[in-house]
Amino acid sequence: MDLNFTAAEQSFREEVRNFLRAKLPADISRKVLGGKRLEKDDFVRWQQILHAQGWGATGWPVAFGGTGWNAVQQHIFDEECADAGAPLQLPFGLKMVAPVIMAFGNPAQQQRFLPRIIDGSDWWCQGYSEPGSGSDLASLKTRAVRVNSPEGDHYVVTGQKTWNTLGQYADWIFCLVRTSTEGRQQEGISFLLIDMKSPGIEVRPIIMLDGEHEINEVWFEDVRVPVQNLIGEENKGWTYAKFLLGHERTGIAGVGRSKRELKKLKDIAKKETANGRPLIEDQRFRDRIAQVELELMALEITNLRVISAEGEKKRAPGPEASILKIKGSEIQQMLTELQMQTLGHYALPWIDDALDADWAGDAMMEAYADHAAPLSGRYFNVRKTTIYGGSNEIQKNIISQMILGL
Amino acid sequence: MDFNYTEEQLALQDTLRRFYARDYAFEQRRALAKSAEGFSRPAWKTFADFGILALPFHEDFGGLNGNAVDTMLVMEMLGRGLALEPYVPTVALCGGLIRDAGNTAQKEALLPAIAGGELMLALAHFEPGARYEVDRVATTATASGSGWQLDGTKAVVLGAPSADKLIVSARDGKGLSLFLIDAKAPGVTLRAYPTQDGARAADIRLSKVAVGADALIGTAGGALPVIERAIDYANAALCAEAVGIMSALNEVTLEYLKTRKQFGVPIGKFQALQHRMADMVIATEQARSMATLAAVRVDSTDAVERSRSVAAAKAYVTQSARLVGQQAVQLHGGMGVVDELNVAHYFKRLTMIGLTFGDADYHLGKFSDTLLAA
Repeated sequence: MDLNFTAAEQSFREEVRNFLRAKLPADISRKVLGGKRLEKDDFVRWQQILHAQGWGATGWPVAFGGTGWNAVQQHIFDEECADAGAPLQLPFGLKMVAPVIMAFGNPAQQQRFLPRIIDGSDWWCQGYSEPGSGSDLASLKTRAVRVNSPEGDHYVVTGQKTWNTLGQYADWIFCLVRTSTEGRQQEGISFLLIDMKSPGIEVRPIIMLDGEHEINEVWFEDVRVPVQNLIGEENKGWTYAKFLLGHERTGIAGVGRSKRELKKLKDIAKKETANGRPLIEDQRFRDRIAQVELELMALEITNLRVISAEGEKKRAPGPEASILKIKGSEIQQMLTELQMQTLGHYALPWIDDALDADWAGDAMMEAYADHAAPLSGRYFNVRKTTIYGGSNEIQKNIISQMILGL
Repeated sequence: MDFNYTEEQLALQDTLRRFYARDYAFEQRRALAKSAEGFSRPAWKTFADFGILALPFHEDFGGLNGNAVDTMLVMEMLGRGLALEPYVPTVALCGGLIRDAGNTAQKEALLPAIAGGELMLALAHFEPGARYEVDRVATTATASGSGWQLDGTKAVVLGAPSADKLIVSARDGKGLSLFLIDAKAPGVTLRAYPTQDGARAADIRLSKVAVGADALIGTAGGALPVIERAIDYANAALCAEAVGIMSALNEVTLEYLKTRKQFGVPIGKFQALQHRMADMVIATEQARSMATLAAVRVDSTDAVERSRSVAAAKAYVTQSARLVGQQAVQLHGGMGVVDELNVAHYFKRLTMIGLTFGDADYHLGKFSDTLLAA
């Protein structure tokens, strides 16, 4: 048992740090650290920079252009990126559809899609949930009917997907569609890759409680999808979907990001005052920070234990990943709540401009520091984390059933 | 002991309930929140017609001689309706201050105008860096001729953008004093903005604002106890508003549990969610009890007992509101975090109530400190 990083791991960390110092654009990191709005271009630019370094896909095997890093290296990389203010590498292409294409796609699909994911050319989004199928995903109703035609066999897709994250920017969507209504629900689902430019697709914004446009409904009306875009076998999509959800849960611990946000919380608590003293000297508030820190210390080690075990077994993460998802999301929520709480009455203003990177501040509101503007909105926004990716209630079902056998 | 509302009180509650159902539905409210003023002037007029703007004032000044329990029941309904109108700043805070500390001339000039819906007010008291401390005021009142000159900065003044007049707290040699000033007086600059819950507030700069002797409300240097009482009164009102919201959230969440189907059954069939909903109802009942305690005690002449009860209620209600708000969102799943449903708006308002005039920790601390004195 040794909780220290090896000399090799330490020097790896140095390498990552040096890279970030040299290559992470300051305009992007300022936005991330300041809680400002990110544009599509910020994500794409960062992916291109990582790709140029050969680090575009840290979780992929070398054969597909990945780094082949082990779990500890990936953890170190995530932590350093978060700390430096790198934007999150969005999971939809890299961590969700790509592993499915690698495991179940054919070589033509692998050659066509994977290089464009790693170099940032294609923006992917997810077509899983439907208005009537959230936690009960297998009940999904979006239909794909296979049509044999001289111009090329294809599916005709009709239906509606929802909670689609950043699909307004997407080039491609991976979808679960119903190809059969016979037998068990799970046995009639297929996994399709659909070009977002296809006629018949409409993206309708859903405005979230923080006023931001981050999610969408995606409507499909007689959308033609070539059969070449089917992953694996027809009606086997549920197997691939479950495989994908396992991958989605690992990154979701968000340890690196939460460490950064904890640091930020402490910084703000030193700047804000209570009774004429820095707020961090208020024991009641400091204990709250300490309590979250304990949670995060535990999660960091749990995360390393889980990913190390996976590394050794060379398998997709199991139900333990649910623990990471539950704790990771709860910690994120606690941190944003405390950050908001530091502000006192200044948690109330909603100054939309202040979320833009070029906001110059306001001479009339000197005490409303630059750090204040995003905090309440973030607290509201991250309520989603215990809901998405399989709600925390579903994660507890997984633990009860898969780990405990109840 | 009697926990019942009077027939008059029940009639008022019913009137307000019908008003919100008919004239202030969620979609109308959403549009209002986005409008320039951020609330409805016609609704304010209707409030005057209902008498709720006159409620806490003496009949000699156009009031209805109401008590804090009357205010509680109004606030509960305003909570349910997600009211955007600046009722607390105008009636509870400023109206309360004038009622408690104003001289006869001021009461005659101001209270009937508030009651009639012609006058809106805001209390410019808290300051940047002062957090929730009621006595931390740096704004100065310097004697000048027969009056004063005011200089300073005020933070997050609720209702200020629509206020005709401001009541400003400032420190002179003796202590805190209150001054009534015109919101457009020379030297007064507002930086107005919407708040997270859709209401309006402003930061205010006072620069060489000249006020006459008649602007003073109460005695020079003696305002602190009056301000403390007004803030207690506002906090008791906010507790009631929160309870109204919590009850409404429980109703919509229960409805969702009964109608939203997954795995072939309403999700309310799942025991994990049943128990969560039960916890929300328990928290709301307990919060209602504490809000009632605050309403009854806030009219007490014993300042220590009054403050202690309000602190206890605000701490407890805020904690309960956090549970109910967060879980109402969680039980609604994705529908809980979208702008188009009232759930998220109730949640945001509850959150902001919890951060206004002292958060749960502040009030727990205030209550906790009283244990030393016991």
